[in-house]
Amino acid sequence: MEILFTYIQVLAYIFLFLDFIRLMGKEENNPGEYQKKSRRKFLKDMGLLAGGAVAGSAAMYAGLHYEQSKLPAGERLKLLSADGKLVEVAASHVEEVKIPEGELLQIRGREGLAGHNWVMVIDLAKCRNARKCIEACQAAHHLRPEQFHINTLQIRESKNTAPFHQPKPCQHCDNPPCVSVCPVDATFKRSDGPVLIDNERCIGCRFCIAACPYSARIFQWFEPPMAEEDKQLTYNVELNVPQKKGTVTKCLFSADRLREGKLPYCVSACPNGVYWFGDETEDAVTNGTTKETTQFSELLKQNAGYQLMPELGTKPRVYYLPPKNRLFPFEEESGKEQKG
Amino acid sequence: MQRQDDQIISDLFRPVRLNKAHLIWLGILMVCLAFCLYAYSIQLRKGLGVAGIRDFISWGMYIANFVFFVASSLIGMLISAVLGLIGIRWVKPLTRIAEIISLAFASVAGLVIISDMGRPERLTYLLFYGRLQSPILWDVTVVVTYVLISALLLYLPLIPDLAIGKKALTKPTWLKTLYGILSVRWKGTPAQFLIIHRSIRILLILIIPVALAIHTVTSWLFAVTSRAGWNSTIFGPYFVSGAFVAGIAGVIIAMYFFRKNYKLEKYLTEKHFDHMAKLLVLVSLVYLYFNINEFLIPGYKLERGDTIHLQDIFTGHNAGYFWFAQLFGIIIPVILLLFKPMRRPFPMLILAILVFLASWIKRYIIVVPTQEHPFLPIQHVPANFLVYKPTLIEAGITAASFVLVLLIITVLSKLFPVIPVLEMQEEAGLKPAGNQS
Repeated sequence: MEILFTYIQVLAYIFLFLDFIRLMGKEENNPGEYQKKSRRKFLKDMGLLAGGAVAGSAAMYAGLHYEQSKLPAGERLKLLSADGKLVEVAASHVEEVKIPEGELLQIRGREGLAGHNWVMVIDLAKCRNARKCIEACQAAHHLRPEQFHINTLQIRESKNTAPFHQPKPCQHCDNPPCVSVCPVDATFKRSDGPVLIDNERCIGCRFCIAACPYSARIFQWFEPPMAEEDKQLTYNVELNVPQKKGTVTKCLFSADRLREGKLPYCVSACPNGVYWFGDETEDAVTNGTTKETTQFSELLKQNAGYQLMPELGTKPRVYYLPPKNRLFPFEEESGKEQKG
Repeated sequence: MQRQDDQIISDLFRPVRLNKAHLIWLGILMVCLAFCLYAYSIQLRKGLGVAGIRDFISWGMYIANFVFFVASSLIGMLISAVLGLIGIRWVKPLTRIAEIISLAFASVAGLVIISDMGRPERLTYLLFYGRLQSPILWDVTVVVTYVLISALLLYLPLIPDLAIGKKALTKPTWLKTLYGILSVRWKGTPAQFLIIHRSIRILLILIIPVALAIHTVTSWLFAVTSRAGWNSTIFGPYFVSGAFVAGIAGVIIAMYFFRKNYKLEKYLTEKHFDHMAKLLVLVSLVYLYFNINEFLIPGYKLERGDTIHLQDIFTGHNAGYFWFAQLFGIIIPVILLLFKPMRRPFPMLILAILVFLASWIKRYIIVVPTQEHPFLPIQHVPANFLVYKPTLIEAGITAASFVLVLLIITVLSKLFPVIPVLEMQEEAGLKPAGNQS
């Protein structure tokens, strides 16, 4: 639609310019005469344009009508369409749909898993910064050691409050600022919750990085580390592999694993039972370490679960349980870069 | 009468020929541009990582430069449209200079933003997949529209001058031919005057909202986020008022060099510099007012994010840039220009260069420090992720944009008279002013 407007705009500019040159050339000494003539001419031009448009539409409609009337009256089949409607078509018209693998991954990657609404609960009392979640994530998504889809941060809110380790994946907001600002629909919110990014669409403007308050997004500043090995792979938007130079990449809630009915990479890799992952629709979450399943709403209620910076209105899908009665003593990491 | 008329024509068309000095100048610009393009080819090959930007400070010099370019391009709207429509006569010899500067900066701004893209080859995706809720789409739309209107506003008033030039010039012949084609059979009939005056008037009115839109939308690239330092409701007018400061400084610099190199002392008089100085003081005071609002109010409340941000730019590692921008961009020029001797061309050139430089640094201060302290701490990353340090390649690519602007200004001011000829004749009372309906 936008492109159509652009064309019309460009055509209008050219048209006006040509008209301008033509008028400049006229040796017209009577301004009143010029005005009258140009109005008449304008009306005539508009008439021509409108007439052309009507004629074009009529021809297209007639063509469509003719195409429809050609259908043979032979054997007919009742079929279920992709959106669940019962339809009838002539048997001779039934063809097997062949979608290339890449296209298929793109289509289903944008659709999401119907009926689900994924959530994550992170128990801060259990995290001791083992960083297994990070390793598993980086291995799955072919990232460099300094590139994080998920990171654990050392947080100390103020002088008198206790420090703790805070695993921080993308918050998969229900009101994601990153999606609002994307100019090309490269990053999008899926019906089942995750915010994904399509590296074949991303233009690399990094507006989403600027807009994200959780610093959840990273960029491929150079050729990705496994570019050579991944050359023969088909791009999977649910995995962001192969990673692509000059585009943004981010935590995907392991959408590829969810499709297989498995828990996300980070959740399964945690040795300390930090992560709960599940479906808000079913009100159930499963612990990645113990595989224990519990009621999502009850877990939050019993432990005073909260979200990160809810005052920003982003409505995160990741919840935190406060670091009360920490299982591990807090060890300050020495030699690491810190700021904030 | 006839002699004075000839004098104006010969004065204003004298610079319109290439001489050795200008060929050398063009040559130097071309060589610079070649080096800068080589720097860009490295970025295209290796990736955006050749610049100093990283995951946390991911908008750097390119974006600051883009904001600066859009800012500088607003001046055409102020001089030609706002002052012109009110009927201020002294701006007449300055209108074409302002339009050339506007066109040059606005068109190169589009290229600057492309140099910041990780995937420049996907630029057309903005047309195919553009989403209305993204300020980037609005920015692209209004910048393109602004370039178009600016080009028309440069071209239309030029048509009568081209017809004059076609008659007045003896050589080179290719230039005469070019003037002949571009003057679209202008004969100066009342009907032609009517068309051209009306067209220009419509464009002058049209360019005001478009110019306000391009810089307001550019400010929204930042203001739509919740980061401390960007999360501001006055960013639109704050940016627009700052744009006029930068643009006026740009025009003063250009005025000085055109006056000197093209021997236009009779047309760009000390009076014009004096007026421009007062205009600069006026817009600087408006900008100062917005600055006070922008920094005093968060400084009063001292919310956590704002505190870190203000500490950084007031006393932290960005303080030097911040105070340079505020002192040399606003405060010192405003004070000095109150004194008449400072409103003479040479002192003003020095001040304008300082203001221009300070304006660039101010854009850098708006863009970069905010990203250095996001909501959540930056941890477990290499040291170069924490603080933004521009690289040589990045500086080279940024320099390319200035070289391009200089090239465009040089070529346009060599091909066409930089002072409107017909209007100068009208001002001198030599020609009846065209049918001003």
